[in-house]
Amino acid sequence: MTTALLEDTTRARLWPGKVIDADVHANVPSLETLFRYQDQVWVQWARERGWSGPSGLNTAYPPNAPTTARDAWRLDGAPPASSLAALRSHILDPWDVERAVLNCYYAIDSLRHPDWAAAVASAVNDWLIDEWLDKDPRLAGSLVVPARDPEAAAREIDRVGGHPGFVQVLLPVRSEQLYGQRVYHPIYEAVTRNDLVLGLHWGGTADGAPSTSGFPSWYVEEYAAETQVYAGQLISMIAEGVLKKFPTLRVAMFECGFSWIPTWGWRMNKEWKGLRREIPWVDRPPMDLIREHFRFSVAPIDAGSPAQMKKIIEWLGTDDLLMFATDYPHRHDDDIAEFLSVLPEGMRPKVMAETARAWYRL
Amino acid sequence: MTAPSDQAPARRDRRHVVARTDDLPPGERMIVELDGRQVGVFNIDGEYFAFLHRCPHMAGPLCHGDVIGLVTSDGPGDVRLDEGRKFLTCPLHGWEFDVRTGQSYFDPKKIRARTFPVEVERLPGPYKAETYAVSVEGDYVIVHTGKRNR
Repeated sequence: MTTALLEDTTRARLWPGKVIDADVHANVPSLETLFRYQDQVWVQWARERGWSGPSGLNTAYPPNAPTTARDAWRLDGAPPASSLAALRSHILDPWDVERAVLNCYYAIDSLRHPDWAAAVASAVNDWLIDEWLDKDPRLAGSLVVPARDPEAAAREIDRVGGHPGFVQVLLPVRSEQLYGQRVYHPIYEAVTRNDLVLGLHWGGTADGAPSTSGFPSWYVEEYAAETQVYAGQLISMIAEGVLKKFPTLRVAMFECGFSWIPTWGWRMNKEWKGLRREIPWVDRPPMDLIREHFRFSVAPIDAGSPAQMKKIIEWLGTDDLLMFATDYPHRHDDDIAEFLSVLPEGMRPKVMAETARAWYRL
Repeated sequence: MTAPSDQAPARRDRRHVVARTDDLPPGERMIVELDGRQVGVFNIDGEYFAFLHRCPHMAGPLCHGDVIGLVTSDGPGDVRLDEGRKFLTCPLHGWEFDVRTGQSYFDPKKIRARTFPVEVERLPGPYKAETYAVSVEGDYVIVHTGKRNR
């Protein structure tokens, strides 16, 4: 059963309670869509160069890969998830979604021109406000930033972060340097100053390889091994003391699964006991910091059989880490009904809505 | 009369004269066998401490570990050494134990190393059993085993 499509079931039969979808996507239909939100110098620049948009987009999500969009969600003559009407008819209405967190991954970091990247980020944010957030009150938006330039990113967060439609700042999970490092702290200052969530999503066009030991040969390798990138960023943010310096920081991780969290937590807790004086600002077990500061979407689930899934849920040690998401239009084919069946009863409403409501203050 | 007796007293009151203070200057340690257990006796900046030579984690040779000051911080970029708080670290995994309480740094309530009270006494003479204590003026390090130092 592909519950993302609600095939063979109804929303009410699957889950009679409230639903907050923590990860749905808005894709920019075309660069031309953004022209009216940009200074004309950048429009002229794009036309003169014949540039049609950030190149990293098709690397992170190859257009025809089955993971990039379900067939049923593909649109004629436009990228999937590029219109509010499609999002409404595919997700918001059939799922009776109370609120949905809207993420736009446009691979702006693949653009090396610092001013142009900042201009494109601003244009995407203004487009999101105009075409999505102001048009459907169910949507809570993530703003995008020129991630290669943390000072400019902080300025963009301050520019639009106060718009009531935005609840999150989205960073691509792959980056030039690990996100815990101090060069990125201006971003976290701005995120916390504006009382937003920091979201890490699949994507990013780092100069380095997506694996820690070089370039994989195939997309399947890269996509399946992405967990190590998330784990690396998670470790970095903890070890570098980001959560000590920004004690109110809330982080959400999307499209990375969660089955790796408990075993990683055991290992990091173990090493911390003997090595912690190297990072004296980490004043409690790292897994405690995860429970305090991180949330994860359940798309994909990656948790094996129901019996195995049940164990992993227990190992998380808290009911509050997971947030339901369809990751529309990306395809995961997880069986949400089966997943719900193994959750402790009290955890179900939290996963389906309440954890995201609390995290995003919806 | 408080001089050591040949008769073993109740375990909790057991006292052991282990060294002359001259033999254990600041920064030094010695491992002695008391009641069949190895105990490390430390002189740390002029104060005496004793630990069971056995880490509560995996029974490592705790008293072979480094004695270090506490590394503290209020956030990234702030690294300070608090020389006033000393920890004995296990050579196996680096776990830190407060020399005053035996408590581990990372979980003081649950994980602690066994410590013993140490005191320096000027014993009243005359002495009969302690043949090395020839000088009635000597100072002695005395270890009580069997009593938990909390």
